[in-house]
Amino acid sequence: MRRRAAYVLPAVALATAVVVAWELYVDLGGVDPFLLPAPHSVAGELWNSGGYLWQNFTVTAEEVLLGLALSLAVGFVAAVVIHLSPLARRAIYPHAVGSQAVPIAVFAPMLAFWWGFGIFPKLVVIALICFFPIVVTTVDALAAVDPEQLDLMRTLDAPRLRAFRLAELPSALPGALSGARIALAVGVIGAYIAESQTPTSGTYTGLGREINADLASDSTARAYAAALVLFLFAIACFYSLGLVERRLAPWTRRHRGELH
Amino acid sequence: MPAPPPSRLSAPSERSSGASASAPALEVERIAHTYRDRSGREVRALENLWLTVSKGEVVALVGPSGCGKSTLLKLICQLTSPDAGTLRGEPAVLMFQRDLLLPWLHALDNAALALRAAGRSRGSARAAARPLFAELGLDGFEQARPDELSGGMRQRVAFARTLLSGKPLLCLDEPFGALDAITRMQMQSWLEAALLHRPRTVVLVTHDVEEAVLLADRVAVLSPRPGTVLAELEIPLARPRARTDPLVAELRERALRALGLDAARAGATGTAGIAGAAGAGTAGVAGAAGAGGERSPGPAASVRGGGGVHPAGLARR
Ligand SMILES: Nc1ncnc2c1ncn2[C@@H]1O[C@H](COP(=O)(O)OP(=O)(O)O)[C@@H](O)[C@H]1O
Ligand SMILES: [Mg+2]
Repeated sequence: MRRRAAYVLPAVALATAVVVAWELYVDLGGVDPFLLPAPHSVAGELWNSGGYLWQNFTVTAEEVLLGLALSLAVGFVAAVVIHLSPLARRAIYPHAVGSQAVPIAVFAPMLAFWWGFGIFPKLVVIALICFFPIVVTTVDALAAVDPEQLDLMRTLDAPRLRAFRLAELPSALPGALSGARIALAVGVIGAYIAESQTPTSGTYTGLGREINADLASDSTARAYAAALVLFLFAIACFYSLGLVERRLAPWTRRHRGELH
Repeated sequence: MPAPPPSRLSAPSERSSGASASAPALEVERIAHTYRDRSGREVRALENLWLTVSKGEVVALVGPSGCGKSTLLKLICQLTSPDAGTLRGEPAVLMFQRDLLLPWLHALDNAALALRAAGRSRGSARAAARPLFAELGLDGFEQARPDELSGGMRQRVAFARTLLSGKPLLCLDEPFGALDAITRMQMQSWLEAALLHRPRTVVLVTHDVEEAVLLADRVAVLSPRPGTVLAELEIPLARPRARTDPLVAELRERALRALGLDAARAGATGTAGIAGAAGAGTAGVAGAAGAGGERSPGPAASVRGGGGVHPAGLARR
């Protein structure tokens, strides 16, 4: 218990210091609250609009998690193909890199044209944003496998794909999971982009749209409250995946108990 | 230019006359291997190396570090191919210098990896590995993760994995090189017993001359890089062998002399290791080669030149 406190306390202390400084700056500095709301008014919004923010949060969280799952599935397959086939590497890799630079707004209308107002076009946007870190880390992790371990599989007469399954895949797992954690953090901002760029129907449109609407209507404090929810969500996701990694790959005690 | 095999220091058929009727387990003829690194620099690891191993024979390879012993085993196990020469023989499996246990598998599954590599299911591979596991003195440690095992136990798991591959020719690359002296001695007795119990054809690489004499039927002494067989030494002693047996000590000294090392001095440095003597060893070899004798065939000259060793008398005492 005390150890856990030791891990959490520094972050809490830093957050407290920032909030105090921010509060003082807004109160004493005469900052326009529409530009920068004080922490206490953000907290007030969190309290008053809690239910509304929560409903929007569930929409966004669903998008992030499903988008990540989609991108993990596609990214993982792509990484394995790239790893096993130099031809595929040469064909796919440059495009994976280039795709990172294309603003989603360019092709978002087409996604909506194909798949309408539902959740799917948003998942595609998130998956596109998460794809790159997943592919790169997984390909690197697969390439970093000890070459003697592969020689071992050869002297034991394992066919290529079985050697892959028995040796390369498990040894690349921790690296691939690190990629997933990076992707998760990126995926939250991906959800904001997805919501901003694709049309939506429904009562609750997600925190991304919510933030845009609040900013347009000068409800800056609520936009901050919504951003705070996303902030906490990204942290929670990141550390949850750390726990998953510990379960799936307990042999890598890389950080001696730390989750990051 | 095919060169003749180095003169064997004993008649080849002497010990293994029974086995010589069938084809040998391994025939290495005139092989050479050169590594090229990225900058194009070449390292000649092996040159004009000949070696024959009969079925059921244990042959130890001793030689200074970097002389190409691991390379030779990789060639025998067909993990790389030679630049020149031919290799014929039975399927060979390599036990690497590092144990290469997979950290995500517990000990039993690491041993059973050989069977899973061959396509067996996890359950049947485990079941088949279990008896051997007990036989090698590992029972009770089936569920241990590799990092919970001692160095000696890790080597035993790696050895179990090697045996379970089912291949008739075992290539063991300094299996006990990384162990402390006491554990190494225990493991040598253990391997001797294991091989008595299940005889196999073995090529054992070691830098420990005493280990070679204790475990092998024949010791092949390699030159510094590029490695080639300088001398072969039959070890016609009954098993189990005792470290304290004066015959063991004598053969050990002969092997050391074949390596170009002053036996009395090397013996004084401890566990009769070339590794231990390697630093001094290179100096010793150069010294043996005579004035300014670079890396020319110093030790060979000292052996064949009859520097105290009489070829005919070596194996047959
Ligand atoms: N992959 C490689 N690339 C380049 N040089 C190598 C490689 N492997 C081994 N060598 C060199 O070849 C020589 C023989 O190596 P090795 O067979 O490992 O020797 P030993 O096992 O007898 O110590 C050494 O000088 C080593 O540096
Ligand atoms: Mg070696």
